[in-house]
Amino acid sequence: MPPDNPKLPQDPTPIVGAATDITPLTHFGPKPPHERTAAEEAGTINWEAIAASARFKELLRAKRRFIIPAMIVFIVYYFALPVLVGYAQPLMEKRVFGAVNLAYLFALSQFFMAWIIAALYVRAANRFDRQARAIIAKDSSAR
Amino acid sequence: MTPALGMFLLFVLITLVITWWAARKSQSAAAFFTASRRITGWQNGVAVAGDYMSAASFLGIAGLIAFYGYDGFMFSVGWLVAYLTVLLVVAEPLRNAGKYTMADVLAYRLNPRPVRAMAALSTITVSTFYMIAQMVGAGALVALLLGSSHVSYQAAVIGVGILMIIYVVFGGMLATTWVQIIKAILLMGGTILLSLLVLAHFDWSLSNFFNAVTHVTYHDKGELVTKNFLDPGLRYTAANHGALDLISLGMALVFGTAGLPHILVRFYTVPDAKTARVSVVWAMALIGSFYIMTTFLGFGAATIVGRDHIASHGGNNMSAPLLAQALAGDIFFAFIAAIAFATILAVVAGLTISASTSFAHDFYTAVIHKGTERSPGEEVRVARITAFFVGAIAIGVAILLGKDANVAFLVALAFAVAASANLPVIVLSLFWKRFNTAGAVAGLATGLLASLVLIALSPSIMKVDPPTVIGAARHLIQRPPIFPLENPGILSIPLGFLGAILGTFLRREPEAEARFAELLVRANTGLGAEKAL
Repeated sequence: MPPDNPKLPQDPTPIVGAATDITPLTHFGPKPPHERTAAEEAGTINWEAIAASARFKELLRAKRRFIIPAMIVFIVYYFALPVLVGYAQPLMEKRVFGAVNLAYLFALSQFFMAWIIAALYVRAANRFDRQARAIIAKDSSAR
Repeated sequence: MTPALGMFLLFVLITLVITWWAARKSQSAAAFFTASRRITGWQNGVAVAGDYMSAASFLGIAGLIAFYGYDGFMFSVGWLVAYLTVLLVVAEPLRNAGKYTMADVLAYRLNPRPVRAMAALSTITVSTFYMIAQMVGAGALVALLLGSSHVSYQAAVIGVGILMIIYVVFGGMLATTWVQIIKAILLMGGTILLSLLVLAHFDWSLSNFFNAVTHVTYHDKGELVTKNFLDPGLRYTAANHGALDLISLGMALVFGTAGLPHILVRFYTVPDAKTARVSVVWAMALIGSFYIMTTFLGFGAATIVGRDHIASHGGNNMSAPLLAQALAGDIFFAFIAAIAFATILAVVAGLTISASTSFAHDFYTAVIHKGTERSPGEEVRVARITAFFVGAIAIGVAILLGKDANVAFLVALAFAVAASANLPVIVLSLFWKRFNTAGAVAGLATGLLASLVLIALSPSIMKVDPPTVIGAARHLIQRPPIFPLENPGILSIPLGFLGAILGTFLRREPEAEARFAELLVRANTGLGAEKAL
């Protein structure tokens, strides 16, 4: 909330409990950063400076360190299925549990592979979110 | 009135009430195109699943497994795994850097008019092909499910078309979202129930179930044969380049899902990139569980109903409804039939809104009127009119083609175009600084052309039919195929990337390179992203 300015009329926003950063009803003073529209934000941000900052480069590196290996693992694992089924059919027809053969188990395992990678990504992405929030906070305090 | 017709009408009534409620909230552009970006994570996840699991999944894959056993189940795998590309590469940057369409992200640092024109062309091509396939399927299916004596093919196509126009024109993205959510819940409910009934049939014993699957007896070309349906090779064999075709299909799924316009627009309906991520995870949970359960639907139909009975009662697309009938009688058959109907409606509504958003936002406003609306609300008005015409054209084409038309390849084509044209330019524009307008236009054009040409030369279009096949079911060109695979992905995706890369090297575009830093920061931090209303 902008500090009280005796020259402006009294802000009619009701104050209940603790002070918040809600934009006052009369819109005196600048909007808090999270309420600006995309159009209002254009031109107010120095993109090159952020892109060149150490924090941002660290975020990109962290993302690359997770996403590239994850993509490689899932693509290799997934395409192993048609390749093995197509070119190693006798092996895939081998029975493992009762009637259930390797081919079915391998296909079934693909579902769990996808879910596990997704879960690992969500965990990693929470870390990326914290890094991104730090970059944004630093940028809006600089402005 | 049959029970099936009654349940159809109940679903229609519920969705119309939703549309009426949504219509009052869908006046502004952001409300119409993105449901005000206020859909929550789980809601959007369920809607993505509802948007994605088409009749081809529910009825088609169950039928493929019932007829070809394991080879059909292999289809199921790719549909889920493909979401890892959406999750890891596309969803969050797209939400952070775009507004209404995929082209917003491309136009960020490139020359907007040529790029948006090409992206709109590719979006509309993907959506219309996919929609025509759905409409022909819908007509045939509804006529079959309700009995042709009650509803003809033409009446069914017109009915589906009019409903989808009403949802989109009046209710916009909000109504479409809720139709998709209800459909996904119905579809999951029906599939779980059907799977439990199959298990109950085998005395709740998985080993009884799998033992039955190892010896399925049916007539093949007049001879009685018994096959192990868990073994691969019933559909894809060395003779028809089976492994290559499966790899090609896998590529189209893994790279194409992340380029399907009607899936991508869903990520603009949530408040931020984190919610977009949560919604992909929800979608993956639902889609994965569904495709695992196709084991019970497909193999259950093969063992309980039998391939011969299905073939003589409407063909492999009827496997799931016939299984329901065999297990729990006519009322349950009607329930599953109504779910299939809901499934089609939700998917065609999603396709219509993505096609009309792209036309209004990318082509009409950005290309023809250079990026400014001439009057307030023009973009939404144009999108509504487009949705009407898209629906009318889809009805017309589906009726002209007729219910026996061989249209299954249109779905393969839609995925191939999405994978070969859309995905390469999205990825290169987000990750390659040197990428420019020439590259985007060349990539979109090569991917689109390569997919169209290769499909035209493939066994989907070129094949010599025996004289018993008549009318629209015959292949268009009665000659041996030039390109041997049904799925062009293995060739068209590398061509799309190659086109984009070579096009880029034709010239330099310093403005595009200069704005890369901005796109990179926006896509990765969400700074300056469009906010919820």
